[in-house]
Formats: sequence, structure tokens, C-alpha cells
Amino acid sequence: MKKVLSLLVVLALGFGIINSLNQNSSFPKFGEADVSDRVSDRYINKNVTEENEEVIFGEDGYETGSSNFVTSIVANYRSFDTLGEVTVLFISAFGVALLFSKDSKRVSLNFKPNFMLRVGSRALFGLIIMTGIYISVHGHLTPGGGFPGGTMIASSILLLYLSNDSFRTKIKGFKLLEGFMGSLYVLIGVAGIYVTGYFLENFLDTGVVGDLFSAGIIPIVYVIIGLKVGSEIASIIDNFLTEEVS
Amino acid sequence: MIQYASIILIMLGLYGLLTNRNVIKIIISLNVFEIGLNLFIISVGYVDGGLAPILTGNSTSVLSFVDPLPHALVLTSIVIGVGTTALGLAFAKKIYAKYGTYEIDEMGVE
Amino acid sequence: MINILSIVISVLLVILAFLAVSSKTLSKSIVYLSALSMLSVLGFVVMKAPDVAVTEAVIGSGLVTALFVFTLLSSRKVVK
Repeated sequence: MKKVLSLLVVLALGFGIINSLNQNSSFPKFGEADVSDRVSDRYINKNVTEENEEVIFGEDGYETGSSNFVTSIVANYRSFDTLGEVTVLFISAFGVALLFSKDSKRVSLNFKPNFMLRVGSRALFGLIIMTGIYISVHGHLTPGGGFPGGTMIASSILLLYLSNDSFRTKIKGFKLLEGFMGSLYVLIGVAGIYVTGYFLENFLDTGVVGDLFSAGIIPIVYVIIGLKVGSEIASIIDNFLTEEVS
Repeated sequence: MIQYASIILIMLGLYGLLTNRNVIKIIISLNVFEIGLNLFIISVGYVDGGLAPILTGNSTSVLSFVDPLPHALVLTSIVIGVGTTALGLAFAKKIYAKYGTYEIDEMGVE
Repeated sequence: MINILSIVISVLLVILAFLAVSSKTLSKSIVYLSALSMLSVLGFVVMKAPDVAVTEAVIGSGLVTALFVFTLLSSRKVVK
């Protein structure tokens, strides 16, 4: 009975969504969106405050020098959103740590790591952490950025947890790194107020589109985000692998 | 086509939330809901024959790109999703430590 | 070509979501959720969103699955 009722509710919801989207003439059909009609057109042409007709790869003097448009939105135009998001992630990591605050013994895995697992995971640890750092640093040129890079750093630490039965990270160090990176992000925003008059404004030279050292504060902000996300998720993993001392 | 599939995913996630009585299954349904929502938001910005929103060698911004704004929003949504999932699983673990079960109906019954 | 690919992805997405929501054992459900997340990465790539695809591949199908498995790992011992 309950299942039939909830099925009816769900079907009504789906019918309502599809019907109202089909009736709405301003909602574009799949694949027929008109980007030049939206605000994204200004983000693509990098002309929110100045006038550019087109942006050419390898030229300089634009608002943001990032060749990846998604990065220029996440870390420059809507950087304040990202600051709020990092705060949400911090609060959830804090909540997890608060719930597991009494637990101090590590959960024991039910298999013994053999020689191959220990050596192989130690070799893979270096490769994965280097890939994470590479993705964080090149966030303004290639797909990726601080969020997946930071998570890769955290998953390399997860590999260490799996390979060694008694491994525990130094939680104090991670907490220190996380707090330091968070305050550094806010300090860069405050420096923007002093230099140009706006919070989180891009106050450095934007450089040539496509160079490694370009795009002003975007790579700096993305590396900070990567380290902060990595340390937060690593502390979440550590909290999940502890249990109460009985 | 993917747009309809994402709406069906949202419906399935809501169905799971309404019918399941297991804490872990509720969190899994929430994740299914979230994946459907992310696919739908990305599909709003898709342009037929558009390029991925990255400027590469000798290309200009006059070419037709896919809308990059939904990508930025979904990037935010995924990372917040892992935070809420971790918090929910932490609560589930605490519930198990107190009652010894994940089923909502069996809690508090000796 | 792209049309056939998107139809296959859509059908598989719906099937995997149904299995993840309705299967009886928790561990099977978690594995189906991980496969659904991996398949949605393919959907993001078809819709030309490489940034989102990288993020979802690392977080959705790697880390979230690990968190679910750790939760089950710590709860199974009390039953035994």
C-alpha cells in the first residue's frame, strides 16, 4: 500500500516536471541552448567590465588569463561562492570530528597486508600524490583543478591506511595546514581590497593566455583550495577509521 | 535522451527515500537523487556541436563553446555532496553504536 | 554515433539506479552506486564537461564508496 502510494507521488512529480518544462517556451530543448543569450557569453569573452570582441590563445591583456573558462568562473568571477563552499566543507569535517571525538583506537582490517601490497602501495603513493599536485597546479590550463587534485592527495593517504595496519596520520599537522590555508585564502581576498578596492579581486598581472605563470591569483587560489580540501578529506578518512576504546 | 534519464533518476531517488527504512539505503537514495540532479543541470547548458570550454592552441572565443556556468555550479555541488554524505554516514555509525541496527523500525525495541 | 552512445548510457543509468535503490543487501547496493557514479562520468564526457567528469570520477566513485565501505566495516564486527 505504502509503495503504491509513493509510486503514485513519484510519477506525479515526474509528469509535472516534464510537462512544465515542455510548456515553458523560454526553456531550451536539449542541445539547442543559446550561449550568446546568457551571462556565460561575457565569461567566455572575458568582458564583464571591459569590452573584448574575442579572446585569442597566446595573447595577453585580458581580465583573467585563464584558458579554462570553468576555472575562471570558479576561482575568479565567483570566488566568493567558492569561499562559502570551502566553509561548508570545513563545517562538515568539523561535525564528523565532533561525532567521533571520543574514539581513539584504529579499526583493524580483517586481512594482513602482505609484502606485495605494502611495497606496491608505497610506490603508487608517490605517483598518485604527484598527479594530485600536477592537477592542482595546472587547474587554469587543463581540466581538473583544486577540488579533484586535493581529493587525489587525500586518496593517496587512504592508500597508506590500507597498506599499513597501524598507520595513523598526524592529525595536529593536518588541522594546522587546513586552518592556515583557510586564513590564507581570506588574506588574499583582503589584499584585493587594499590593492584594487574589491574583495577577492584579481590584483596580479594576468599574463599570456596559456602560459603556466599566468592568470594572476587563480593558480595560487586553486593550490590553496587543493591543500585545504585534501587535508579536510584526509581528516574525515582518519575519523572514519577509528572506533571507541572498549 | 540523457535529460529524460536524469529526470527518471531524480524520481527513483525520491522513491527510494520514501520507501526504504534503512539508514544506509536512505543515504544511497540521496546520492542517486544528487547524481540525477547534476546530470540535469549539465544538460541545460549543452550545445549541439559545441566544444569543451577550454581555449586551446590558435583557437578564439568566437567558436561555439558549451555553457561553462553550469559546470562551475555542479563542481561546487559535487564537493558539498561528499561533505553531507560523510556527515550522514557519521550519524549512521553513531546510531549503529547505540542501537545495534540500521533499520529505523527496530530502533528502541528491546 | 553520439546519439546511440547517449541512448545506451541513459538506459544503463536507469537500470543501475533501480538496482542501487532496490537491491536487498547493503554491499551490493553500494557497488551499484559506485557503478552508477562511474557511468555518470561517461554522461558528463558526452555532454562536453571534462572538469566535472574528473571531479566526479575521483570523488563520486572513489572516495564516497570508500566511506560507505568503512561504515560497513566498522559495523559488521558487532554482529559476529
